[in-house]
This record gives sequence, structure tokens and C-alpha cells, in this order.
Amino acid sequence: MRGVSLAIEGGERFGLVGESGSGKTTTILAVMGLLPPNASVAGRVLLDGQDVLARGEASARPHRWRDIAMVFQGAMNAFNPVKRVGDQIAEPMELHGVAEGREAERRVADLLERVGIPPERGSRYPHEFSGGMRQRAAIAMALACNPKVLLADEPTTALDVMVQAQILELLTALANDFGLAVVLVTHDLPVVAQVCSRAAVMYAGEIVETGPVDALHHEPRHPYTRLLYAATPDLHGTGELASIPGAPPRLDRPIAGCPFRPRCDRAFAPCAEEHPALLGVGPGREAACHLNTAVREVSA
Amino acid sequence: MTGNGSGPLLEVEGLVTRYAVPRGIVGALASRPREWVHAVEGVSFRLRRGEMLALVGESGCGKTTTAQSILRLVDSDAGAIRFDGTDITRLSHRNLRPLRRRMQLIYQDPYESLDPRFRVRGIVEEPLLVHGIGSKEERREEAERALELAGLTPPGLYLDRYPHELSGGQRQRVAIAASLVLHPDLLVADEPVSMLDVSVRAGILALLDDLRARGLAILMITHDLSTAARYADRIAVMYLGRIVEEGPAREIVDNPQHPYTRALLSVVPRPDPRERVVPEILRGETPNPVHVPAGCRFHPRCPMAIPECQDVDPELRTPAAASTERHRAACIRV
Repeated sequence: MRGVSLAIEGGERFGLVGESGSGKTTTILAVMGLLPPNASVAGRVLLDGQDVLARGEASARPHRWRDIAMVFQGAMNAFNPVKRVGDQIAEPMELHGVAEGREAERRVADLLERVGIPPERGSRYPHEFSGGMRQRAAIAMALACNPKVLLADEPTTALDVMVQAQILELLTALANDFGLAVVLVTHDLPVVAQVCSRAAVMYAGEIVETGPVDALHHEPRHPYTRLLYAATPDLHGTGELASIPGAPPRLDRPIAGCPFRPRCDRAFAPCAEEHPALLGVGPGREAACHLNTAVREVSA
Repeated sequence: MTGNGSGPLLEVEGLVTRYAVPRGIVGALASRPREWVHAVEGVSFRLRRGEMLALVGESGCGKTTTAQSILRLVDSDAGAIRFDGTDITRLSHRNLRPLRRRMQLIYQDPYESLDPRFRVRGIVEEPLLVHGIGSKEERREEAERALELAGLTPPGLYLDRYPHELSGGQRQRVAIAASLVLHPDLLVADEPVSMLDVSVRAGILALLDDLRARGLAILMITHDLSTAARYADRIAVMYLGRIVEEGPAREIVDNPQHPYTRALLSVVPRPDPRERVVPEILRGETPNPVHVPAGCRFHPRCPMAIPECQDVDPELRTPAAASTERHRAACIRV
């Protein structure tokens, strides 16, 4: 991934959308300072104006979980099977010195209630929970140290639609009621359309377009965004669904020009030569496509 | 009795499939009563050639068990399955063999379903070898034809590749090609695109649609109502082992009658943010199919339930507000 910039407000629900291998998970792992040592991370992650990554692990550690927390993909299946769920939620509190003993117990009960689990269920083991309940518990665990930002990686992917609706309702409520900034990482455009106010679309490790979800759907300024929506089935839609030919480029080789060019239906001369920069295309909107600069010149 | 091609290709009547719940050694010694998972509890439907039926529902509703029962991958406990006029419910495996060629299964995960040690050629020719069909040359021609049909053209470009050299969409096409070499009449597609990226899903679905138009009967198992609405001719919604509503796909989506179908449709996220609907979220999760509620199996979660629903196990019939006779729902309130 390269050149990714995002800004998210408290209480905002932001979507990070892309297909597999687009770099969305890598982006949030970088924000968490959790990439393996062989990753080279450049740039800044500002939290309330302070650079979290400035001094590597030393500056990232105090913020991790306490300010920025993450629900990992498949976290619902990552509970220790032989420990009570409540004790596992208390662990990060004790580890980060947020609370311990009776105080931690009380906070676990509060958290369980907040995510919609009867507090007494905290003394149960993970296998006694349904998939939806384990996902709620995973969210409670991420919230253990009272973070300001929650990064949720595909939090509903393995769940049935009805349970998905429950989890999305919960994430929305956490943002609305507690001012939590929620970053929803997903391949699922409709989920973002229903839950988020703004979103960024990633392709081949870069953000290709960002803006309010309504604008992304109705006036996309990048062909990839447009085609992605055109490939997404709608319950009441009747038109042909689009299929984007080809496959994303390999990221272990340098890419000449626009990474999307080989699959783009609007590619023209500059796309093969020049890498398009992410430029402002309207209020709160940015897109990385030569069409946005060239079309005006051509039509002028 | 053999079929003449005029009747439905597949008829399922009152299908019941149960699994025994393992009691464990302690349970067996203590002679605890056997318990059963009521995976499929009286499912009936018909499928014609050139038709795609989507079996839709949440996990545990019995849609996959229904498919496995039809393909005789699991034994059913009651009911009848007729394939092209032949009752195959109790047919011996030996007698089933010639019919089995005509019904093929496409799995959900093309990363798991293809043998990584085989080249595409080997994967697609394998079913012919298993059934001892054709000479080496004929098998080769058959494989090339199937790859072409599955949209992998020219076939020469793919024959010598290994699965790991292919994208997810290409792998699923290889899996479909391998099921087409036997010239099946019925394809059972179990969540055929759910593991694939959005940008390649439409291609696979269009391929299935094309095969349907060529006369194949397709039973698609899916949890995705948006896909079912767009590609299936008919939708059957399952809940706890039963079909609770069925009919033409558009009718089910635009004019749902069963309260479960209504709730399910209301939580399907729509890609247009302007179409945000207030979802009718059912609390809790689908009850355990070991202890199926008495009366209507949906009544404990139903927003419309009346006392009668605890006693009456409703049958499928055409609801008052249906726009076609072919629309049926199992609810005494509609």
C-alpha cells in the first residue's frame, strides 16, 4: 500500500472498501502499529493531532487499545476456548493498567451490557456463545480500554444477514451514543452504504476515491468505484450486473501509470504513463483518475 | 420408468432428513434418549429444465442438507426424490451411478474444491475417467468443449495451468467446466460466488444463467437474496427445515407475505445509501433445529404471531395478497 491518507472525526462511521488484496487490512494494521518488522511504514498517524507512529513502537504502544482499538477479522473465532469470556475481556484492562479486580469485573459487566450481552453470560465459555454473540464479545474486548477509534475488519463477513444487521446496528449505536469513531473495513459496498457517512475505495494498495457514500454511489469520479457499484446486485435492481475483466496487478513489481488501467473501460493515453494523484474533485471528495483533469481540457 | 423430458426434471416431495445428535459415551451408557437435528422437515418442490430455483435461508435452515439429500450424499428419512421420472430416494448406489452423472455439484470454495496437484486438463478430464467415458482423444475434446462453455477461451491457454496460477473466478470456471464434461441435466450450485470478489461474481452468475438458458436445471443454494432476486426464476425461502414461502423470484422480493421473508428482505443492505430502510431486525438467532418450536416453527420470533400460531403448523398455500397462484406461503395470518 502507498500514499494512503484518511481523516476521521469522533462519532463518525467511515468505510474502507476494497476487494481482496487491495490493502485495506494492511492500512488499519499500519494505523495500529501492528505490521511485522519487515514492513516499512512511512507517514504519520495523527490522533488528536499527535503522531502515534513518530517513534515507532515506543510511541504506538501507549495508544494501542487505549486510544485506537481493532476488531480483527475472525476475532469471534479467536477466543481462548478454555477461559471464560468475561475474564478474556478483562485481560486487556489489566494488561494496560486501566482496571483490575472488582473494578475490572464491573467494567466487563458494563461493556457486555453495552454490546447487548446479558452481563451474567460473562462467566460462560466461548463455545456456549453463538457466532453473533462471540462477535459482540469481540467488540466488547476491543472496547475494554475505552478507545476513541474502533477499527473493525470485516466484522460481519461470516455472519447471517439477520445477525449482520444486529452487529451493524450495534456499531452504529456505539458511534452515535459514545462518540466512538468507527472505521468499517469491508469488501461489501451495501454494508458501507447503509452504515457509513463517508468512505474510501481502495485498489491495489491505494485509495482511488473518497467522499460521502451518497456521492460515491450516484456520481462516482473513478471508474473503479463506478464499476464496483455496477457489479453489486441490488434486491430491486433489474439491469445487467457488470463484471470487471482481468485481475488486480501484482504489488511486488513497480506499476507504470494508473494501476487500474488494464481493467478500466475509460483508459486513454495518459493512463499508461502517469500515475494519477488523488486530487480534490468536489467538497469533501477526492479521486485519483486522469479523467477528472483531462476531460475538462478536452471538452473545453 | 424413465423420463421423456416433458415433466419436471426434479421432484421433491415431503423430504425429511435428520441427523442423530452424538450422545457421547456417557449419554449412551446412561441411555439418554436419542436426540435429532431436524435438518429438513418436509420439503417439497419441483424444478424444470431451463429453470433456476434459489433455495434461500440463513445457516442452519436446511438448505444445504436439502441439496445433499437430493444428490443422495446423505440419506433421507422420509419423502421422495424423483429425478427425470425415476424415484431415486432408495435407489442402490449401483443403480444410482448412471443417474449421478446427470446431476453435478458446484462447491462454494474454488480454492478448496480443486486438487492443487492436478493441471486444469486433469481436473476437467477426471470425471470422465471416473465414469470410464471416451478415449484419450475424446476426453481431451470433451474437456476443451467444457472449458469453452465455462468461458475459459481459448481452452489451450488454461489446459496446462495449475489451480494456483488462476484467479478465484477462473478457478470457479474450471470447477464448473469439470461438472459440465458429463453433460449433466441438473447443476446444484452451493453458494457459487460467495467466496469470490464482487468484480468477478457477475461473470460466474451470468455463466450459470447462460447454462440455464441452454436447458440445464439449476438449484442454487444461497444466503444472498440480492443475487437470488436477480438470477433465479423462483425463490424458495427456508426456515428451520421447511420452505416457508416460495414463488416467482420478483414476486417474492417485491411482494413478500411470510413475516420471516419480510424480515429477511428488510435487513438486506442496499447499495444505494438513499435506499436506507429501517430494518425489521429479528431478535436472537434461529432456534436450535434439535428443539423445533411446536405449531408454526417461526412463532417465537414472529412479530405477527397470535395464540393460534402455537398450535397450528401452517401449510403452504397462496396468500390473499399474492399476485399469482404460484406464490405460496406457510402462514395462517396472510
